[in-house]
Amino acid sequence: MIPVETTERIHHTNLNDNNAEVMIRLQNINKVYRTDTVETLAINNISLNIDKGEFLSIMGPSGCGKSTLLNIMGLLDNPTKGEVSIDKQDTTKLNDKKLAAFRNRKLGFIFQSYHLINDLKVLDNVELPLLYRNSTAKERRQLATEALEKVGLSNRMKHFPTQLSGGQKQRVAIARAIVGQPEIILADEPTGNLDSAMGNEIMEILLQLNERDGTTIVMVTHDENMARKTHRLVRLFDGSQVQ
Amino acid sequence: MLKNYFKIAIAVLKRRKFFTFISLFGISFTLTILIVITAFIDNVASANYPEVNRDRSLYINELRQKATKTSGQMNSPASFWYLDTYVRTLKTPAKVAISSMFAATNSYVNNKKLVINLKYTNDQFWDVIEYNFIEGKPYTSQQIKNGERVAVISEDTKKSYFGDVPSVVGKYIEADNVQYRVSGVVKSVPVTMLVSYADLFVPYTVSKVDYKHKSLMGQYTAVLLANSKDDFPKIQAEYAAVVSKIKPDNKDFDVFVSRAEPYVESYLGGSPIGDPESGKLWKLKFFGYIFALLFMLLPTLNLININISRIMERSSEIGVRKAFGASGMTLVGQFVVENIILTLLGTIIAIVLSFIILQIINNGDLIANLHLTINLTVLYYSLLACLVFGLLSGVYPAWRMSRLQVVTALKAQ
Repeated sequence: MIPVETTERIHHTNLNDNNAEVMIRLQNINKVYRTDTVETLAINNISLNIDKGEFLSIMGPSGCGKSTLLNIMGLLDNPTKGEVSIDKQDTTKLNDKKLAAFRNRKLGFIFQSYHLINDLKVLDNVELPLLYRNSTAKERRQLATEALEKVGLSNRMKHFPTQLSGGQKQRVAIARAIVGQPEIILADEPTGNLDSAMGNEIMEILLQLNERDGTTIVMVTHDENMARKTHRLVRLFDGSQVQ
Repeated sequence: MLKNYFKIAIAVLKRRKFFTFISLFGISFTLTILIVITAFIDNVASANYPEVNRDRSLYINELRQKATKTSGQMNSPASFWYLDTYVRTLKTPAKVAISSMFAATNSYVNNKKLVINLKYTNDQFWDVIEYNFIEGKPYTSQQIKNGERVAVISEDTKKSYFGDVPSVVGKYIEADNVQYRVSGVVKSVPVTMLVSYADLFVPYTVSKVDYKHKSLMGQYTAVLLANSKDDFPKIQAEYAAVVSKIKPDNKDFDVFVSRAEPYVESYLGGSPIGDPESGKLWKLKFFGYIFALLFMLLPTLNLININISRIMERSSEIGVRKAFGASGMTLVGQFVVENIILTLLGTIIAIVLSFIILQIINNGDLIANLHLTINLTVLYYSLLACLVFGLLSGVYPAWRMSRLQVVTALKAQ
C-alpha cells in the first residue's frame, strides 16, 4: 500500500492515531476502460484508508481519475481489480439488491451538476432516498423538512428545482444527501459550478456536517482553498496517487 | 411510493406532450376500433331483437352442388319447394320458418319513388322470429293457403308510406304493382339481420315465381327452431339423412351438400376463411384473435419505442435513484407503474371515444335501427389487454434501463 501523506489540517481531530476506525478501505484498485482498439488505465493500483469522521479531499488535473475513484468508493462503478470495503463490509460480494440497500443506508452523494429531478418539488427530491426504506410518508416528510432546515432552505420546499439558483440547488442536493443520515458523504466537485461566495457557503455546510455529526466526507475538488479546509488531501496524476 | 410514482408519471406525461399524445393516441385509437368492431360483431352475431331464439335455431342458408371430377361447384339459397318438401317435413325441429331473401321493389307515394324491400314468408316464420307488433297481427296459415294479398309492414315503412297516422291495419300498400292489405305493423329491424329484415312481409303464395316449381336452388332460407340447443345434433342428423338421399338436379354435378348450422357458421360456407366442409367457427375465431393481437401489437411496439427513447432523457433520474438506493427491480416496478398509468389513461379515452362513436352510429343514418352498445365482456377484455400491453411495453424498456451503470446514467445528462 502506498503511504498517504497528510498535507494540512485545520480541524484538529485524532484521525491518524492508531485507534481510529477505518470507514473506507480501498485495496489495489485498478480501473481500465476498454474499447475495441484502446485500453485506458484510469486508476492505477491505488490503496487508501479513510477513517471514520475524516474529511478527505481528492485533487488532481482533469482526467486524472478523481471522479472515477470517488465513484468506485461510492459503489457507483466497479473496479477492474481490487477490493472496496466500507465499514468492514466487503462490497464485492453484494448483489444488486443488497448493494442498493447498502448505498441507501451508508452513502450520500453530492454531484457537481446537482442531479435533481426537475419534475419533482424540492421536498420530493429530498425525500427520494427515504422512498427506498421502510418509512411512512409522514416520517419522510418530517425528515426531509429537517434536512432542508439544516441547509437553510425550508422556505423553498414547494418550489421546483428550475426555480432555484445554483447555490440553492446544491443545498437541496446536500439536504438529499443527508436526509437518510448516512455515515459517508461523497461529493464530486460540489462547488465546481458555483461562484466563490456560494462555494464557501456550501463548504461551510459540509464542514459543519463533518464536525457536528461526525460524517465521513470525501470530496473531489479543483479548488486548492477548499481542499485546504479538509483534514487530508490526496493528489492524483494519471490515475496514480502522487501525494 | 406509489404517490411518488404517480406524481412523476404525470409530470413526465406533461413534459413531452407530443410523445404523450402519440402514445395515448396509439392506445386509445386501437382500443376504440377494437371496441367498435366487437360491438358490431356482437350485435350482428348474437341473439337480438327479433331473432331472440337464435341460440336454439339452426339455419339452412345455402345448398351446394359439386362436381367431383372438375372440382366445380354451385352455391345458392334453396327454393321454396325444396325447403317445403325436405325441411318443413323434418320431425325433430319444433318449428320451421321459411322466408325469401329480401328483394327491392319500387313503390310510389305522392309521385315520389320509395324502395321497399319485400320478403316472402310462411306462417311459422312469425313464431320463430319474435317481432314486436305495434299494431295488428301476422297473416294466418289460412290466409297463406288462400293466397290472400295481405302484408305485415315495418314501422319505418308505415311512416314513409302512410305518414304520421295512428293506425294502418286494413289499409292498402302497393309494392311492385300489387296492392296488399296491411294486417300488422312490426318494430323495424336493422339490415344486418339478414333473416328478419324487410320493409314488407307477404305470404309466399303470392310470389310471382312459382313456389311449387321442383328445383333445388332458389331464393329461400329456413330457420329450424329446436326445443333446446341439446336437440341440435338430432336435428342435424335427421337433416343429413334426408340430404344424403337427394341428388343434384343439374347434370354437371354429382354431389349435393347442405347443412343445418348455427347462425354464424351458416354464413361462413362460401367465405375464404371457412372450410366449406367443417370447422368454420374456430377458424374464424382463430383469425379474429390473430387479427386483434396484431392490431394490439402496433401500439405496443410504438410504446416500447417511445419508452426506450425516453430512457436516455431520464437517465440522470435513473442514476440518481440508483445512487440513493433504488435497485434494478425497484426501477422496473416504477417504469411499469408509470406505463400502466399511461395505458389506463388511454383506455379511459378509448371508452369515451367508443361510446361517442357508437352513439353516432346508432343515431346516424348509416344503418337504420342498429343499436350498438359497449359490451361488458368486450370492455373487460379490452381492459385486460390494456394492462397486459401496458406491462409488456413497460417491462422491456425498464429492464434495459435498470441494467444501466449508475455512472453511465449520470454522465448521459
